[in-house]
Amino acid sequence: MTITITEPKPITFAAPVAGLAGAFAGLLVGTAHDNPLLGLAIGFVLTAALAFVWLGVFRHERIARWVTFIAAGTGGYLLAGAMGALIGLLFGWLIGWFIFWLGEGRYRAKLPPYTTAQQVFYHFAFRVLCGLIFFFLITPIVVVMPLSFNAENFFTFTPEMLRLDPAGYSLKHYKDFFTNDDWQQAMWNSISIAPVATMLSVGFGTLAAIGLSDEHVPFRRAIMTILISPMIVPLIISAAGMYFFYSRLGLQGTYWGVVLAHAALGIPFVIITVTATLVGFDRSLTRAAANMGANPVTTFFRVQMPLILPGVISGGLFAFITSFDEVVVVLFVGSAGQKTLPWQMFTGLREQISPTILAVATMLVIISIMLLTTVEMLRRRSERLRGLSPG
Amino acid sequence: MSDTTDTGPVLAADGTPLKRSLRRAIRAQKLRALALIAPLLIFVLVTFIAPIADMLFRSVENQIVSNTLPNTVATLNDWDGTGETLPGDQTFEALFYDMFLAAESKRHTRLGSRLNYEQAGISSMFRTSGRNVDEVGEDQVEALEDLNDAWSDETFWFTMMSGPDDAPKASDIVADQRERLAKLNQSGFGGEVGFAPSQEIADLLPRTVRAYTAFAVFTAIADEDVVAEEEPWEAVKVALIEDLRAGADLSGYQGAGAEELRAAQAGLADQPEIDYKQAFIDMNEDWANLENWKTIKMYAPPFTAGYFLNAIDLQKTPEGFRPRPENEQIYIMLFQRTLFMSLVIMGSCILLGYPVAYLLATLPSRSANLLMILVLLPFWTSLLVRTSAWKVMLQQQGVINDTLVWLGLVNDAGRLVMINNQFGTIVAMTHILLPFMILPMYSVMSTIPQTYVRAARSLGATNWTSFWRVYFPQSVPGIGAGSILVFILAIGYYITPEIVGGTTGTFISNRIAYHISSSLNWGLAAALGSILLFAVLILYWAYDKIVGIDNVKLG
Repeated sequence: MTITITEPKPITFAAPVAGLAGAFAGLLVGTAHDNPLLGLAIGFVLTAALAFVWLGVFRHERIARWVTFIAAGTGGYLLAGAMGALIGLLFGWLIGWFIFWLGEGRYRAKLPPYTTAQQVFYHFAFRVLCGLIFFFLITPIVVVMPLSFNAENFFTFTPEMLRLDPAGYSLKHYKDFFTNDDWQQAMWNSISIAPVATMLSVGFGTLAAIGLSDEHVPFRRAIMTILISPMIVPLIISAAGMYFFYSRLGLQGTYWGVVLAHAALGIPFVIITVTATLVGFDRSLTRAAANMGANPVTTFFRVQMPLILPGVISGGLFAFITSFDEVVVVLFVGSAGQKTLPWQMFTGLREQISPTILAVATMLVIISIMLLTTVEMLRRRSERLRGLSPG
Repeated sequence: MSDTTDTGPVLAADGTPLKRSLRRAIRAQKLRALALIAPLLIFVLVTFIAPIADMLFRSVENQIVSNTLPNTVATLNDWDGTGETLPGDQTFEALFYDMFLAAESKRHTRLGSRLNYEQAGISSMFRTSGRNVDEVGEDQVEALEDLNDAWSDETFWFTMMSGPDDAPKASDIVADQRERLAKLNQSGFGGEVGFAPSQEIADLLPRTVRAYTAFAVFTAIADEDVVAEEEPWEAVKVALIEDLRAGADLSGYQGAGAEELRAAQAGLADQPEIDYKQAFIDMNEDWANLENWKTIKMYAPPFTAGYFLNAIDLQKTPEGFRPRPENEQIYIMLFQRTLFMSLVIMGSCILLGYPVAYLLATLPSRSANLLMILVLLPFWTSLLVRTSAWKVMLQQQGVINDTLVWLGLVNDAGRLVMINNQFGTIVAMTHILLPFMILPMYSVMSTIPQTYVRAARSLGATNWTSFWRVYFPQSVPGIGAGSILVFILAIGYYITPEIVGGTTGTFISNRIAYHISSSLNWGLAAALGSILLFAVLILYWAYDKIVGIDNVKLG
């Protein structure tokens, strides 16, 4: 396809650039020891020298990278114990890889051969920028996880944790979650509300989406606008309206009040996902089934349903997570008897801050990962079934 | 050759014209589709649209004044609210009966706090008057009871008011009082009262019968007591005194208590008139304050724009709309802050989202799918998890500050304040809403062919020109879709500003929640909500025009 040029680059280019990376690492170590400038200089000189040796004197990549890896790890251990060793190993691996990536010119491998040096620079500067944005997106979620194993009641890393001292870690916040009545009650409330709300939205939503996919439906746009509106109207307004209206009906503060409210909030997601699945649905299949003598109910369950099932399930998962995560509406429509997990977290964050929240957060993240994986797999399966994408 | 000469309509298999047969088939299909949609539509209308409509109604509804003080409001129609004189004695007399009933039903404090939103200090006026209203006309009532012990006797009263069993009854008065109490107490006043006044006594002593009937209905239904076993309220006795003084003609009356009534009319002749106005002013001198009366008259109609005016820092005065006092003007400022911060959040989402969406759209699909997980994971993670994560990150003893101190960039005393202010809200909400910007951008950008940029490049455009003149204009619809989505979501956010916003980083929605759950000023909450809803609906409409709600994609 493209002609790739991966020719070795001169040491005069590779060594100083690798040195810059080393200088950054040195800066971190230096500031931690109250002498950033010295750290910067040492980092630069060490790495540049290392690059000079590996590229100019002893060019055996495998050995060179192992040596760098282990040496940096040892250095880190001497400077800052176990945690230092870990960071050192990471830096060692990175710098070893970086030196050869530069020296062998591999960085150009995936770029068109005509790109100028400036364009190459911009290309990688852009990649670094994107990396930082991904870092911003993911760090807060990742940071929560180790903190939930904190042995102290703090919301931050203790020195013991940073030294990787086992005494700094414990499962006590998880234990608290599973033994504390408030949290257990909240968990059971969440578990009893979300599935019922989901079933309501999926049941009504799927039928309506099938109806909406018919080309002859009058007022299609107006109906769609009404059905999608629970997703668009700010939650606080929905919550306020439901609070006023459900109090009139005597539903405020009851289990069914919360379930109905959550079902209404979940409906747009079901409508959107199922309608999207139906876009590629071949109507001649139902006609063929009817032609062969199947009645509409059989056609629906034996022909249409299996094909749109992925959309229905992922719509249901969206509706489930909407109800499971929802806090504003339940705050107003529910009473203390319907306190859900997010509500308990919300009061926890506002009043008595306890790291149990972080344990709950970690478990919720794991649930989210599982749901995300399921939805992604379903989406791909659905696209494959409908022939929209290969593989 | 018959088919070419036949000019009649094309026929379907069963002999009907094809056109009609087709129309019938389509109608059946339409009905089937509507039947599938109907259950959901009804469900959403009841569980979601009706509550919103109810909220809109509440933002203008103001029946509490006319429900609590119906007689007073009726007499105020004759009073010119712009002059310098207080309403007449008639109004104060009506106020006495209204207040008495309101105090018995314990509704006067509610009216007080309602009117207090418009005129500060008015609630204490209602509170103290409700407590002391049974002291009005004390001297006269004592004089009446001194004349004959029968006036404190419940059976005597009951027999006198009911008249003989076979006498014609004035049951319309019972229905009137029942309806009035139902409105006052905002609950149904159905049920057996066990009392109906005789028509004769109702014609003779109209005030007394009205007051006694109100007492009877309240006793039987709200207190669940037997009417004949309870001594009437002071208000009933005051009403009797007024009836007698007004010159009720007792000469022809022969029913129960005729003797006592005549004796009372004669015995009370030398008692001074009851001065209602002075009595109320003695209870609380604010009743002499013209402004309070103007407020009551102003908010007497059943619907009001007062909550909306309040929501934009105005108030209604007899001279027209005036700005509220400086120290009460907060809502315009809050709306501005909500708009400003939503714009900043939208802007930072564009800045951060654009490069990522571009990267995802240009990478080969395998690596793009992997990186997409990094975008979708925050999208799927609970909102509260992300908010608590930011609390952990941003607080003064938090991860970011600890890292900065460890690196020596700030010293331990100078830890940055990044939470409970606007900065905290903006950072956390940018993070939370970023996926909503990236996903629509990505779906637009992945349809832009890379060849266009290469063509521009090969025609001599620089890096910048080929991006700005060729790629960027094609990606604008994605920016538009993402921006409106993020803006709509940001403008109504509640949870995140509540937790990381402190006092300077809160939105209008936090104020709405405050009015619903803490200050209980539901009308104002509904008015603020309606304004916010209106703004969102305009944006929703724009979104529908630009993107189309059918094209919303999730993940």
